[in-house]
Amino acid sequence: MKFLSDSALERLRDGAEVPDLSGTRYRLLERIARGGMGVVYAAEDENLRRRVALKVLELPGTDGDLANRLIREARVLAALEHPGIVPVHDVGTLADGRVFYTMKFVEGRRLDKYIESVESVPDRLRIFLRICDAVAFAHARGVLHRDLKPPNIMVGPFGEVLVMDWGLAKILRPEVSNAPREADPEVTVFEKTMQPAIAGEATDISVVTGHGTVMGTPGYMSPEQARGDVQHLDARSDIFSLGALLRFLLTGQPQVASVSGGRSLDKSLAAICAKSTAASPAERYPNVQEMALDVSRYLDGLAVGAHRESIFEKAARFYRRYRFFILLIAAYLVMRVGILLFMHR
Amino acid sequence: MTEEDFLPGGDRFPPTRRSVIEAARSIDAEEREHALEALCAAYWKPVYKYVRWRWNRQPDDAQDLTQGFFAELLERELLDKFDSNKSRLRTYLRVCVDSFVMNEEKAGRRQRRGGNVLHVALDFAGAEEEFGATVMDPASIPSPESLEEFFEKEWVRSLFALAVEDLRELCAARERERTFHLFEAYDLEGSEKSSYDQLSKDCGLSVTDVTNALAWARREFRRIALDRLRELCDSEEEFQREARAAFGWNAK
Repeated sequence: MKFLSDSALERLRDGAEVPDLSGTRYRLLERIARGGMGVVYAAEDENLRRRVALKVLELPGTDGDLANRLIREARVLAALEHPGIVPVHDVGTLADGRVFYTMKFVEGRRLDKYIESVESVPDRLRIFLRICDAVAFAHARGVLHRDLKPPNIMVGPFGEVLVMDWGLAKILRPEVSNAPREADPEVTVFEKTMQPAIAGEATDISVVTGHGTVMGTPGYMSPEQARGDVQHLDARSDIFSLGALLRFLLTGQPQVASVSGGRSLDKSLAAICAKSTAASPAERYPNVQEMALDVSRYLDGLAVGAHRESIFEKAARFYRRYRFFILLIAAYLVMRVGILLFMHR
Repeated sequence: MTEEDFLPGGDRFPPTRRSVIEAARSIDAEEREHALEALCAAYWKPVYKYVRWRWNRQPDDAQDLTQGFFAELLERELLDKFDSNKSRLRTYLRVCVDSFVMNEEKAGRRQRRGGNVLHVALDFAGAEEEFGATVMDPASIPSPESLEEFFEKEWVRSLFALAVEDLRELCAARERERTFHLFEAYDLEGSEKSSYDQLSKDCGLSVTDVTNALAWARREFRRIALDRLRELCDSEEEFQREARAAFGWNAK
């Protein structure tokens, strides 16, 4: 038997990792990232001559948990056509047996990196509102993201915001799926294999994650998600994550800092963050639209629903909102007083 | 796309073989023996090199201990006690090797065993040559991490070497010797300077042919290695963990 040197081992590993794209219309360009579910490569769609991102599992097989999750993710993305959600182009099995899907190649930066170049709070809030738009759309289609966090948000070169990585998505309502729900002789073997991953899905997620299985990111994960109570998750779980995301955008940390430091937070914004990250789902915003509305009201200088203002805070907000007119009137009054004083001298 | 496009394997992915751990617990003595042979084929070299390095044994002594260890594995039904939820198989085997060598040392035994139970050809001369070629710092003091790392690396080397041999046989059976030659020249013996272009000139082939041949060989190598690995694992979870370790997906 041939002795394999260390360099031969490395070459074998490198060679074995590269997905076999023979028989597809894609040409491999470079590896972009590795995640819990697989590897993402940049590839060229040779038919359309455009760059795509190709996400592929490390191991072959179409019936494992990861394969089911990847295909479910692709189908969730396909069902969520929205400018704030990365569009999927294709899904299938490579010649080496690995499941893959291709999606739009997003040339941008992760939110946590991008935000370093955005100083103004209103600009940060406008980015947050675009994230809310995408998440609200997904909720309207019966899909929870369940892993909203800065690394899963991309900001493109023209400021477009894209919510990525729907691998942990929970499907609340079956209509999100475009897959046939009844026995269909036309359906492929592949589709039959994959149907449990997406159809019949009102409560299907336990098939993938299992009741009691904790999946998500500490700091951004709601308490009920952290407990593994997946059967009872609803939109308010994503609202918790959005609250943590908002706090991160404003203070650099997803949770209230135990020690003082960093950016100080306006009381109204702090109240929005606190309401959306309340321990009890019942105390959070009932839906993303209401949360986004509160943030919009703050941007417009209006009172937010999450915070009861004192008379001084009302006055200060009134001043901030109508500062130009107040200063204009004040200047006019000062001028009139000046003229009167001058005339009576 | 046709149904064939979506078949999860077809003839390209034959059904995986039964786990050796499962087979080792069989009531059928013949099945147990075959399981041990499969295990021995994958692990004897790592065990031999480990005994040489960790226990600083001379080649003759290491050979006896290696054979004795696998004999004991069968006689004392040690695989019955293995629980994939608690540890990895190779960690379990390494710990068993340690306790076996210690017990042999205490008892002052040095007997040639295993010859009557093992039907796997053990090329100790080749293993010794490989051991000599392994770069190790003689001054380094083995820590638990380094022991595990050494054993894992040798296990991967052994697994990949078996997969390469299987690939060679597959190429011969399918009259694709030239494909194996390309694979050998580029992936096994190549250097950073190797290129498809140079290989195509050397072999009188087009670059596309070289690319396609290497893609096929790598795909088959990967399939064979994973198939062998699956056979050595007790559960799907263990298989996924071990595949990540063997292919270095955890580190990258």
